[in-house]
Amino acid sequence: MLPLRLRESLLIPENIFIKGEPRKMLYRGKAHVFGDNINTDYIIAGKYTKTLDYKSMAKHLFEDLDADFPIKFHPGDFVVAGRNFGCGSSREQAPIVIKISDVKAVIAKSFSRIFFRNAINLGLPVLVCDTDQIQPGDLLEVGIAQQQITNLSQNIVCDVKPLPPMMREIVSKGGLVEYLKEYGDFLVPD
Amino acid sequence: MGKTIVEKILSKHCNKNVKAGDFIVANIDLAITHDTTGPIAIETFKQFGVKKVWDPDKVVIFLDHATPSPNERISSIHSLMRDFASENGVKLYDAGEGICHQLAVEKGHIMPGFFAVGTDSHTCTYGAINALSFGIGSTEMSGVFLTGKLWLRVPEVLKIIYTGSLEKGVFSKDLMLYTVGRIGSDGADYLAMEFCGEVIKAMEVSDRLTMCNMSIECGAKAGIMELDEKAADWIKARSSQPLDIEAFSDDHDAEFASIHEWDVSNIVPQVACPHSVDNVLPIDEIQGKEIQQVFVGTCTNGRYDDLEIVARILKGKRIYDSTRLFVCPASRDVLIESIDKGILLPIVEAGGTILPPGCGPCPGTHLGIPSDGERVLSTANRNFKGRMGNNKSEIFLASPATCAASAIEGVIADPRKYFY
Repeated sequence: MLPLRLRESLLIPENIFIKGEPRKMLYRGKAHVFGDNINTDYIIAGKYTKTLDYKSMAKHLFEDLDADFPIKFHPGDFVVAGRNFGCGSSREQAPIVIKISDVKAVIAKSFSRIFFRNAINLGLPVLVCDTDQIQPGDLLEVGIAQQQITNLSQNIVCDVKPLPPMMREIVSKGGLVEYLKEYGDFLVPD
Repeated sequence: MGKTIVEKILSKHCNKNVKAGDFIVANIDLAITHDTTGPIAIETFKQFGVKKVWDPDKVVIFLDHATPSPNERISSIHSLMRDFASENGVKLYDAGEGICHQLAVEKGHIMPGFFAVGTDSHTCTYGAINALSFGIGSTEMSGVFLTGKLWLRVPEVLKIIYTGSLEKGVFSKDLMLYTVGRIGSDGADYLAMEFCGEVIKAMEVSDRLTMCNMSIECGAKAGIMELDEKAADWIKARSSQPLDIEAFSDDHDAEFASIHEWDVSNIVPQVACPHSVDNVLPIDEIQGKEIQQVFVGTCTNGRYDDLEIVARILKGKRIYDSTRLFVCPASRDVLIESIDKGILLPIVEAGGTILPPGCGPCPGTHLGIPSDGERVLSTANRNFKGRMGNNKSEIFLASPATCAASAIEGVIADPRKYFY
């Protein structure tokens, strides 16, 4: 059994997806733009990961990449990146601290496969599009259910690459835990 | 149309004929977790409200990332994992037993033809013994604990045929760093990488494990190799019972995403420079750079063969005055063999420090965190900024031989001169 103080601080991220009919979820926020190959060590350094206290962990989000990130970031903003976001270690603390910090979505040209799955399983919205169209500080409107990104600062609608059907199914149920609670097992794709 | 090794292993694990691009649900033979990513998997699994994992014999838990525990916070994480293992009747390797990926192969938890997942990105190591394996997240693992299954897209295969032979003083680590440099850190994203050719055939199994271990550094889903007699014998030597091994190989008309044929006879020792693994330079372009710390160990290069090379180079010599050398055997068995064959003495006499079996300083939690402005030369698989616990230090990656030569000279050094 965990010590009480650790248990109290334990915070499994709740899923933001609504079960059943996808509700129109539109978020507005600023873009924080990073480059290619942002690895999970940069998202959260290994030295901070050995705890279940995600709130304390989240204070170190992107610390090794930009020490001022916590000052620049406002809850509800978006993380935007280039190719291969989330490469490296499989640590799920990376998408957890992004979600705990109230990043509404991560938008990148491409994602590393383990991070991408982790995000979907946790209900952290991840969208693939050509992020060259997004500059630091741009105001974005992102529709999660409709997989749609509008760059309000540049007045353009970004073309979002759709999720594979299996992922859409997990997303529509509200993440992997909710999916398995409902079905008890994986539905075999046709 | 013929099949790749990957298509064959996955067809067997979902009981139908599958090809690259298919979405499938596959049965898991082995699921492993450790003290960094395991606690989240365990806490998430508890949300399902079931008592036990689907099959306790197919789950193995390792305490390796921060062992022995450096503080009370990590001690409580370890307790949580011990409790879960004991409640579920799951095998747990405690502090000091070694690194999960080394123990999985060494203790026979993984066999050729298996489909395995682990909450560690270097789970792809087991491809060297013809098993399909890769890293997954913790929530994903909670689903595996519940169902014993994983959904996935059958990956296409990027095949590299290495021809020629490696020069003396050039090792599988150099070959893999060279490969990561050429393919790039996302060049094999969503693909499996198959390594073959006469260079691979000539390699010992420990060297092959190094190659598959680092396939993730190209973004690959998995690394894979065919099983030859050498690998089969290696597995049999580590088993207490006679084994019925089922191995898989590519059909002659299998389809690949791409096939590369590289003559690697002329490659020299390679060094991955800060702060990404695909930032690779040949030794002559980086040698002479001062280093303060050298680390030999990890799931990439902490095996007996690696330590033996280090001992051979260090024998009768002394490491450079202002350079520290840490050597961390990958497992208790590696440590025992090293003691038994006398290779630790020359390392310690030369000024090296032996660390307890485990991940050591690689994930940056303890046992050798570099100071501001210091340079570390390491046999590990990642050199990301801050990886070893200090974002104001620099990490260079190289083979155990390059590390040993550099420890003596106090600068990044070409090990080839120690082999003539």
